[in-house]
Amino acid sequence: MIDKRVVSCASAVANIKDGDTVMIGGFGEAGSPIELIHALIDHGAKNLTVINNNTGSGRVGLAALIENGQVVKMICSYPRTANSLVFPELYRSRKIALELVPQGTLAERIRAGGAGIPAFFTKTSVGTPLAEGKEQRNFDGEEYVMECGLKADYALIKAKQADRYGNLVFNKTARNFAPIMAMAATTTLVQTNELVELGDIDPEHVVTPGIFVNGIIEVSNPQQESNLVKEGVIYPATAANISADLNTDEGEK
Amino acid sequence: MNQVTTTTEQIGWNREQMAQRCAQDIEDGSYVNLGIGIPEKVAQYVPDGREVIYHTENGLLGMGTAPNEDELDLDLINAGKKPVTAIAGASYFHHGDSFAMIRGNHIDVCVLGAMQVSAKGDLANWSTGAPDAIPAVGGAMDLVAGVKTIYIITLHTTKTGAAKILPECTFPLTGQGVVSRIYSDLAVIDVTTDGLVLIELAPGISFDYVQARTGVELIHALN
Repeated sequence: MIDKRVVSCASAVANIKDGDTVMIGGFGEAGSPIELIHALIDHGAKNLTVINNNTGSGRVGLAALIENGQVVKMICSYPRTANSLVFPELYRSRKIALELVPQGTLAERIRAGGAGIPAFFTKTSVGTPLAEGKEQRNFDGEEYVMECGLKADYALIKAKQADRYGNLVFNKTARNFAPIMAMAATTTLVQTNELVELGDIDPEHVVTPGIFVNGIIEVSNPQQESNLVKEGVIYPATAANISADLNTDEGEK
Repeated sequence: MNQVTTTTEQIGWNREQMAQRCAQDIEDGSYVNLGIGIPEKVAQYVPDGREVIYHTENGLLGMGTAPNEDELDLDLINAGKKPVTAIAGASYFHHGDSFAMIRGNHIDVCVLGAMQVSAKGDLANWSTGAPDAIPAVGGAMDLVAGVKTIYIITLHTTKTGAAKILPECTFPLTGQGVVSRIYSDLAVIDVTTDGLVLIELAPGISFDYVQARTGVELIHALN
């Protein structure tokens, strides 16, 4: 029997090792698997290389993983966003490495990695600093830069619906990098808003076929990153934060 | 009685008018990607009767206007990470497909902002090269490399009055020889193999005024 359901985010991420490369889905907060990221913070694996389009916002989710000192290198296209506090500080003090990749090249490197293609040529970045040191070739009179496929030990992604085979459907622009990351990782872990029965997803509507998925965890009411940032939430909550919260509660009663 | 001080300053198009002028050149049936900032405003001014499909590189063709409160869905955003809506007939896709649309020459027009544009149509719009800056490129390099026509909307000079249209860009490039046309607050300028051709002046602006604020000798197509 094939049953990719896992009981909790904690057990899903339990085998992530120090030094692993982890792809994390999401474009800003849309598609960010925040519960899986928080489980990875609790798990504590260190020296991770993380691939995501951004570097998180506030002090929750991906930003909290970075702040917790678990990430040695980010591979991303846009490491600044509104409320992006953690990464810029660590980058300026040289405590984290950055490989900056144009967004489309990042997507194609991930797709290629998942499709068994070690490298490809693209016009993107020709004549710019991001092409420096890379092999170039001329095809039909045009210059192209060679870019290598990207693979990962793990992908953490978020879906709207999943069945026990791992077939996935996403919500609107929260799809973004998730389908290609699912292809490029040895182990793909999915938090889904809803678990459905086999056959409930029309085969014509499956976006990510189950072959690319290894573990599914139902998180029916996921937290929303921007709401947590607005509320000033810090993950993990320290003893000092918790006691401050309790004091506030008492004060209100 | 107050004396009117005459200055040599000439006021051209404002931001809305620059977007409106650019929108006149978006043809019916185009697939269009709009950059963040003034380029976003182009969508408001496409002339009636033209059907234009907006692409946002985070996975949506058929981007609509900003949502009202009950339409708000934080999973439905644009490349600037602002909430948007999807029109009837829209489609969603993953980043690999989205950039295949871009890199594969399927998007007709992209409108972007600029820090600098060179006489040959080189564009610099992602980094000043300052050593302490956090480098961030997003999809700009893919868009200029893959979209058929690149339009630039930009103020003609920097805040301090320095020319942004130069013989060579001094900032790191986004792409080489990629810009087709520049819409500034003062003029519309085409990038051609003969050089930069001024094809239109904003009302009340003289050619000499534009030339004095441009780092490259312009060809005056209106003569």
